Amino acid sequence: MTEAARDQNPTGRPAEGDEPPLAAASTKEPMVVITGVNKHFGDLHVLRDIDLTVGRGEVVVVLGPSGSGKSTLCRTINRLEAYESGSITIDGKTLPDEGKALAQLRADVGMVFQSFNLFAHKTILENVTLGPMKVRKKSKAEAEAKARELLARVGVTTQADKYPAQLSGGQQQRVAIARSLAMEPKVMLFDEPTSALDPEMVNEVLDVMTSLARSGMTMIVVTHEMGFARRAADRVVFMADGEIVEVATPATFFTSPRSNRAKDFLGKILSH
Amino acid sequence: MGELFASYNILGAFGLTILLAVFSAIGSLLIGTVVAIMRVSPIDFLNKVGAFYVNIVRNTPLTLIIVFCNIGFIVNLGMSFTNDIARNNIIWAIIGLSFYHAAFVCEALRSGVNTVPVGQAEAARSIGLTFSQSLSEVLLPQAFRGAITPLGNTLIALTKNTTVATAIGVAEISGLMKEMMEFRADLIIVIFLLVAIGFVILTLPIGILTTRLSTKLAVKR
Ligand SMILES: Nc1ncnc2c1ncn2[C@@H]1O[C@H](COP(=O)(O)OP(=O)(O)O)[C@@H](O)[C@H]1O
Ligand SMILES: [Mg+2]
Repeated sequence: MTEAARDQNPTGRPAEGDEPPLAAASTKEPMVVITGVNKHFGDLHVLRDIDLTVGRGEVVVVLGPSGSGKSTLCRTINRLEAYESGSITIDGKTLPDEGKALAQLRADVGMVFQSFNLFAHKTILENVTLGPMKVRKKSKAEAEAKARELLARVGVTTQADKYPAQLSGGQQQRVAIARSLAMEPKVMLFDEPTSALDPEMVNEVLDVMTSLARSGMTMIVVTHEMGFARRAADRVVFMADGEIVEVATPATFFTSPRSNRAKDFLGKILSH
Repeated sequence: MGELFASYNILGAFGLTILLAVFSAIGSLLIGTVVAIMRVSPIDFLNKVGAFYVNIVRNTPLTLIIVFCNIGFIVNLGMSFTNDIARNNIIWAIIGLSFYHAAFVCEALRSGVNTVPVGQAEAARSIGLTFSQSLSEVLLPQAFRGAITPLGNTLIALTKNTTVATAIGVAEISGLMKEMMEFRADLIIVIFLLVAIGFVILTLPIGILTTRLSTKLAVKR
């Protein structure tokens, strides 16, 4: 979806009656293409023949019960985990095996973790400038200017010289988002970014993510925040037991899921 | 007391002890860091070499290592740095002490690495840092801070262990102590206390300093 199209349709959802393509986002130029990916942890088949194409600027929310392989899927996309068969391309390029080349390409894929994972010995500003300086070889002045701009964008301007432990969870997660954005990634992965937060801090993080989605960032988001899914997602992917069971628009998925496993899952999280 | 200082070069012997301790500390920190990097690297072969080194060296008595340095390298292989036998012995003692304590330095650093949550290493990789950049920017700076206390313990042990160098004829303080006790049996208690207090004076600051540093530099989590 282009930025202009998004402006006309700020929910980011396709208009009513516009039945979406399912596994493939055929109307958009593909950004992430996952084809026939399989992965095992020992005997456990965690990813089974995963096919998923995410278009440029598209926002996909991944839902599913605990242990269904959502985190593993995110981690294989930026190769924190290896996979056995199939292929994953980012903007047409396959991530190579470990090594310098992988590190460079991995910088194009931002990742936001449940547990923030800020570098504890570095200030907030240093957390955000490290990647641009070391990987993108930007000057310190340039990296800091950009970092301050991003910190302002996620609303933690005044904390730049503090250490991560001095910030609230919500602030830390927003800094983690800024740290990823500083690399100017082509796609951002979010693995349950609000699950470790106190309830009153969830919205401040979701707001940043929503405005990021509106700005046209390609995003794959594992979350159980249905409000976010309704507001920002183009498609919802439902996983169970390592498989993609269902792909639909948020409106369709939340009101009339087709599979029994999805009905069962929604029943459980809605009754909460 | 004055008599002892007049007839024996006590300060010189302590000086040699300090020299052994300082150079071996530097050597063991360097070697230990390299071995620690091998042990946390993603390359299986290096892991195994590092583990093998630590397990062999840590479980061999220091005296054996020092004597081996002397007999093995100097006497059998004729590996000498200078023609001055005394200096040669000092150099080999420093090498032996360095390699021995490197195993402990490695383990101290590894325990420091374990204080760094795995997630931070993953975050480092996911912003595109290479393995060596992740190490130098994220893991090691925190590992050193987390390892200050065990490193301090290793340095204290090292300082005391320099006494083993006497086994290959290095004239450090414990060698002199034996000599003095032999000739001045009347002053045995004084000699003993003198040497013991000398070591406390050397090691106490290490403990105080590392405790201070570890509180001051502690990474807040
Ligand atoms: N490193 C690992 N080693 C072995 N099993 C793992 C590992 N990581 C995850 N698993 C297993 O893989 C399955 C999928 O995990 P995960 O991708 O974390 O699921 P989700 O994020 O959907 O909760 C779970 O059964 C989990 O126990
Ligand atoms: Mg998970």
